[in-house]
Amino acid sequence: MAAITTGGAGPERADALAVAPDAPDARAAAGSPREGGSGARQRRRITRRARLRRDKTLLLMTIPALALVVVFNYLPMFGVITAFEFYDPLVGVMHSQFIGLDNFRQLFGDPLFWTAVENTLAISAVQLALYFPIPIMLALLLNTVVSNKIRAFVSAVIYLPHFFSWVLVISVFLQMLGGAGLLNAFLIHHHVTPWNVMTDPSTFKLLVTSQAVWKEAGWGVIVFLAALAAIDPALYEAAAADGAGRWRRMWHITLPGMRGVIVLMLVLRLGNALTVGFEQMLIQRDAVGHEAADVLDTFAFYYGIGTSNYSYGAAAGLFKSVISLLLIYGANRLAHAFGEDGLYRK
Amino acid sequence: MTEVGFEGALAPGKLSQAAPPRRSSGRPVWEEPPTTAGQFGKGTVLVVVMALVLVPLYCIVVTSLSTQGAINQAGGLVLVPHGLTLDAYREVFGNGTVTRSLEVTFGITLVGTLISMVVSVLCAYGLSRFRSFGHRTILMVLIITMFVSGGLIPTFIVVTELGGYDQYWALILPNAVSVFNILVLRSFFSSTSTDLIDAARLDGAGEWRILWSVVLPTSRAVTAVIALFYAVGYWNTFFGAMLYMPTDQQKWPIQYVLYQYVNLGMTMPGVANSGYGGIHQQAAPLSLSMAVVVLTLLPILIVYPFVQKHFAKGMLTGAIKG
Repeated sequence: MAAITTGGAGPERADALAVAPDAPDARAAAGSPREGGSGARQRRRITRRARLRRDKTLLLMTIPALALVVVFNYLPMFGVITAFEFYDPLVGVMHSQFIGLDNFRQLFGDPLFWTAVENTLAISAVQLALYFPIPIMLALLLNTVVSNKIRAFVSAVIYLPHFFSWVLVISVFLQMLGGAGLLNAFLIHHHVTPWNVMTDPSTFKLLVTSQAVWKEAGWGVIVFLAALAAIDPALYEAAAADGAGRWRRMWHITLPGMRGVIVLMLVLRLGNALTVGFEQMLIQRDAVGHEAADVLDTFAFYYGIGTSNYSYGAAAGLFKSVISLLLIYGANRLAHAFGEDGLYRK
Repeated sequence: MTEVGFEGALAPGKLSQAAPPRRSSGRPVWEEPPTTAGQFGKGTVLVVVMALVLVPLYCIVVTSLSTQGAINQAGGLVLVPHGLTLDAYREVFGNGTVTRSLEVTFGITLVGTLISMVVSVLCAYGLSRFRSFGHRTILMVLIITMFVSGGLIPTFIVVTELGGYDQYWALILPNAVSVFNILVLRSFFSSTSTDLIDAARLDGAGEWRILWSVVLPTSRAVTAVIALFYAVGYWNTFFGAMLYMPTDQQKWPIQYVLYQYVNLGMTMPGVANSGYGGIHQQAAPLSLSMAVVVLTLLPILIVYPFVQKHFAKGMLTGAIKG
C-alpha cells in the first residue's frame, strides 16, 4: 500500500529518513566491540545475552507493530508471485496455476497500459515543473514576514488543506470549476461560453496539478521553513555589513543554505515519479475519461480488481514497484554526483 | 530562528550573538527598511494565497446554509449570504445514510487512532534506546517498507484471504502502522533526558512505568501531533471502503458517501420522496450536498486549531534535528 500513498507523504518522509542515517554513526562512536580476538568475542557473546535479557521488555513492545508490518507489508511482497500466476481467489495464492511471464507479455502489448505509463510520466513532469517550486517560493516569502503572529496565522491557513481528503478537495474544485460551479455561473452571467474544467481531458494535467498545489503546497513549506530557520543569522548580518542587499543575501546565503533540502525533495519527487495521486485520479476518472485519467496505479486497480483479473493488475503493480526502486536509486546517484546526501549517504 | 533564541536563553554569555538587537518592529538593525512596494506586493501575495484556501470553503458553508431561493438567484454557489436556514442539515440528519456513515466514521477513527497510537508509541519507545538489543535490525525491517511494497493487488489479496472483505478491520489494520510516524516519535523519545530515566529506574520503575510516567508526559506535543495525523487518516478513509465494502451501504464511511453524492451525483435517498411529508420546505439538493461537505470538513476544522500550534513547533524541531 505504501507505494500508492499520494505525493503528500514526500516531505514527511524526507526528514524522517534524514534522521535515520545518523544512528549507525552514533553507535560506532559509542564503540561496538567488533575488534579483537577470541577473548573479545567471548565477552561480546555474554554481553549479547545480557543485553537480550536487559532489553526483552523493549523488544516485546515492538512486537505489535512488527506483526502488523509483517502481515500487511511483507506478506504482500511475497504475494507478488501472483503476477506470475493465473490467480484464482477460490484456490488461493499457493495453489493457483503458474504461468511465468504471460501476464507481462500481455501487459506490454496492451495499448491501455502504455497510455497509463504515458499519463503517469506526463503528469509527473508537469507537477515537477509547476508544483515543485511553489513551496520553496512560499517558504522564502513567509520567512521574510517579520511579525510572528501574521506568519503563524498564514501558515495555519495554508497547512489546512493538507488534512482534507481527496474526495473533499475534488468536491471543492467541482463547486468552483465544474459545470454548475462558480466559474461557469460567472461565465454564463457575462454571456461567455461555459467551460467545464472538470471534464475537459485536454487541460486535465493542469487541473490535477492545481489540485495538488491547493492541497499540498502549503504543507510542503514546512520542510523549507525548517531549512531556512537552520541558517545562521550571523551570516546575514555579516553579509549586510559587507554591503550585500536583500537579493544578494538571498542568492548567496539563503539559497545555498536550502540546497541540501531542495536536492533531497527533488530526489524524493523523482523517486516517486510513478506515483501521482492515486485517489485523485480514481475519483475523477469517470468525469474526464480513462484516456486522460488512467495512471499506473489506477490501471492496476481497474484492470486488476475491477475485472477480477488480479494477476494482470499485480503484474502492472510489480512493474511500477521495480521501476520506482530503480528511479530512487538513480535519483540518489544524481544527488551524490552533486555532492549532496540525498536519501542515504554514499 | 526560535532554536537559536532558545540556545541563547540557556547560555546567557552568548545572548548578544544569538539574539541580535531588534528594532521595536522585530526587524534586525542591520536589515534595510522595507520598501513600500515590497511590503504591498508581499501583502497582496499572502492575502491571495489565503483567499484561495478560504474563499471556496466560505462559499460551501454559506451555500449549505442557504434556501433554494437564494441558490437559484445566485445561479449556483452563494457568495453573499441571505435567507439562511438550517433545513439542509435537518434533512441530512434525517437521512439514514449520512447519519449512519458519520457513526461508522467516528467509530473507525476512534478505534483506529487508539490502535495506531498504542502500537506506534510502544514500538517507538522500544526502539528509542541507543545500543538496545536488535533495535537496528528492527528499524531496518520497518524502514524497508517505506521503499518496497507488494503493491495494491497483493495487499488486497492478503486482506481478503484473511477474511477482511466487508469487515471494518480491513479499513483499520492494513494502514494502522505508519513507519514515518514511528520514526518521528522515536526521535523525540530518544531525546528524553537520560537523567530522568535513570532516576526513575533507581526508584524501581520498569520500562512500562518509564514510558508512561516519564517519556510520554515529556513528549506530549509530538504525541498529540502524531495522534492527529492518524485520526485525520482514518477520518479520510475512502479507498479502503471502495476496495473492501463497495456494496454494503451500511458500512460506508462519510468520505465514500460524499463521493457518491457529490462526485457521482447519486441522489440522496429520502430526498426525492421526502420523508418529511411536505411539512418542511424541501431543501435544495445543492445545499444538501454542501451540507455533507461541511460535515466532512467540520471535525477537522474543530480539532485543527488545538493541535496546529503543537505541530508547527513539533514538526519543525523534528525536521531541524534531521
